[in-house]
Amino acid sequence: MRAMLKGIAASDGIVCGQVYRLVDPQLTVQQRAITNLDYELNRFHRALEAAVSDVETIKTRATKNLGADSAQVFSTHIDLLQDPELITAVEQRIRQQRINAEAALTAVVRVREAAFKGLTDNPYIQERLTDLRAVTKRVTAHLLQVSLPDLALINQPVIVVTHDLIPRNAVAINPHNILGFVTDLGGRTSHSSILARSMAIPAVVGTQHATERLANGDMVILNGTRGQVVVAPDADELATAQAAMHERAANLKHLSQSQHHGTVSKDGVGVTVAANIGTVNDLPGVLQHDAEAVGLMRTEFLYMDANRLPSEDQQFATYQRVLAAMAPRPVVIRTLDVGGDKPLPYLQSKPETNPFMGTRAIRQSLTHQQIFRSQLRALLRASAFGKLRIMFPMITTLDEFRQAKAIYDDERSKLTVAQVPLGEIKIGMMVEVPAAALLADRFAQEVDFMSIGTNDLIGYTMAADRTNQDVAYLYQPYHPAILRLVNRVIAAAYGAGIPVAMCGEMAGDPIAVPLLLGMGLDEFSMSAGAIAKTRRLIGQLSAHDLQGLVETTLNQASTSQEVITMVQAAVPGLLT
Amino acid sequence: MEKREFHITAETGIHARPATLLVQAASKFNSEVSLQYQDKSVNLKSIMGVMSLGVGQNADITITTDGDDEADAMTAVAETLKKEGLSD
Repeated sequence: MRAMLKGIAASDGIVCGQVYRLVDPQLTVQQRAITNLDYELNRFHRALEAAVSDVETIKTRATKNLGADSAQVFSTHIDLLQDPELITAVEQRIRQQRINAEAALTAVVRVREAAFKGLTDNPYIQERLTDLRAVTKRVTAHLLQVSLPDLALINQPVIVVTHDLIPRNAVAINPHNILGFVTDLGGRTSHSSILARSMAIPAVVGTQHATERLANGDMVILNGTRGQVVVAPDADELATAQAAMHERAANLKHLSQSQHHGTVSKDGVGVTVAANIGTVNDLPGVLQHDAEAVGLMRTEFLYMDANRLPSEDQQFATYQRVLAAMAPRPVVIRTLDVGGDKPLPYLQSKPETNPFMGTRAIRQSLTHQQIFRSQLRALLRASAFGKLRIMFPMITTLDEFRQAKAIYDDERSKLTVAQVPLGEIKIGMMVEVPAAALLADRFAQEVDFMSIGTNDLIGYTMAADRTNQDVAYLYQPYHPAILRLVNRVIAAAYGAGIPVAMCGEMAGDPIAVPLLLGMGLDEFSMSAGAIAKTRRLIGQLSAHDLQGLVETTLNQASTSQEVITMVQAAVPGLLT
Repeated sequence: MEKREFHITAETGIHARPATLLVQAASKFNSEVSLQYQDKSVNLKSIMGVMSLGVGQNADITITTDGDDEADAMTAVAETLKKEGLSD
């Protein structure tokens, strides 16, 4: 049984798991006469609906990974699947010729293809032809009851075996469920390899025959460091591979910890450079860039990916994984920030005219307390595995914070009574509403830490909806009004002796960093990719020297442009 | 029945994105909406029909709407053409 496939080591790591073949099946359509017309028409419509549902899933994934513009192609696919001309033409053919749906569809599409081919001068026609073929194939597959694999439709952890990974595939990847890649084609610098490495997913490419030799469900060990795939390994081999997996994970962790020297300014002021994460998939990047903490873990994905509320255990598993991977470094986890413009499909909330100012974030949690309590319990239970910081989003009044804190205390004492082991936890708030920033000194008396969320703070201060292009010019992180608010929060935290962080885009912005360092910000949290650059910049700056710049900008600047000019004059060569 | 001519100024013609949006705009109405280019006329509610015409830059097209909401349908289609920068 045991066999070995050799290929090119494209992305490091050893994983074991079951094969998912991402290979288009041969769809052979045969024409046959039908007797039950209604049955056949119904079959056709059911296949269309199933295909639309597939494409909707793929589109959702693509929108999330790459944004609405990149997912546009899938809207075109859905339109094609609902095209009245196409549907009528197929129905007519089924009726008139009394033939099966797949044969009728194939014939109709063939006629259309011929019409498209006459237009070779239009560069878009070739692409649309590809779209038409893609949707036809999907409907045909449903009619033939053959499963048509797609990365977006994978719903459990597997090793993907495919001919080649093309950019269009990558759109739909949900890295949660992809343990590794094996491809027939490609070299170390091919698209597949770069893609795999960027996602830190082990891969072997250029195996030539993997798709022919491996079947769905085969158990394999993929060694991305050696470029080998072992098929049907025995128990010993599996155990060795699993030990190697664990050892590698431990080594990586050790490496990231021993490398760590912290971030210190030129004049010796130590600050924390942390990472913002959305899912556990972001952890490899965080460790690789040696972030000193997770300054913001968003928990929305746990809720928004699902069709129903995630269970407490599901949440616990995720939080535990992140805390353990980062320990002993702290992890700030933000409680659910949905509602308004980010509605949960399974939570019936009434539509709001201005969702950004509606029932969202902590307001939603205080309204739906069962959801909030379940999240707090999961967090509390996970706290034993690392250094947990819990942060409440969009706190506007002290009452809100006190209410949230009381609910937390209640859940905490219940778990203590039940003798559930808990770690040391701190409770903080996100400052993203001007009311909270202006009252920061009062909040600082009650919270363990503060984190400034600049994206919303800027939006609410400038009264500009950040999803509205027409007012995008008002998104001004260096506007003196924003700087005054930020400075006020930092000063309030300093006065109360509690740490203050920033977890918005601004924290990694080279113009803002000197100002924030001068103001005395403790923690800069950003996407992992910006960490190295920011750490280097901080190392070149002298925090004390920058206090003068802070005073000048706060007292004298009236516009964003003036602030930029002042910062550039004080720190020459900033943007080079 | 309403009929209007448009001159396509967009460099790329009516490509995938605007074609999808035009179809979505037309599909909201009961009226029959058709697009005529050169000697061919297609249903504007059909993405395949629109794409198969391969309308490029400097094309002159005619939109026809026919039905109880023909005026609104024409307005919606004209707005989409303008908004997508396809026509002035």
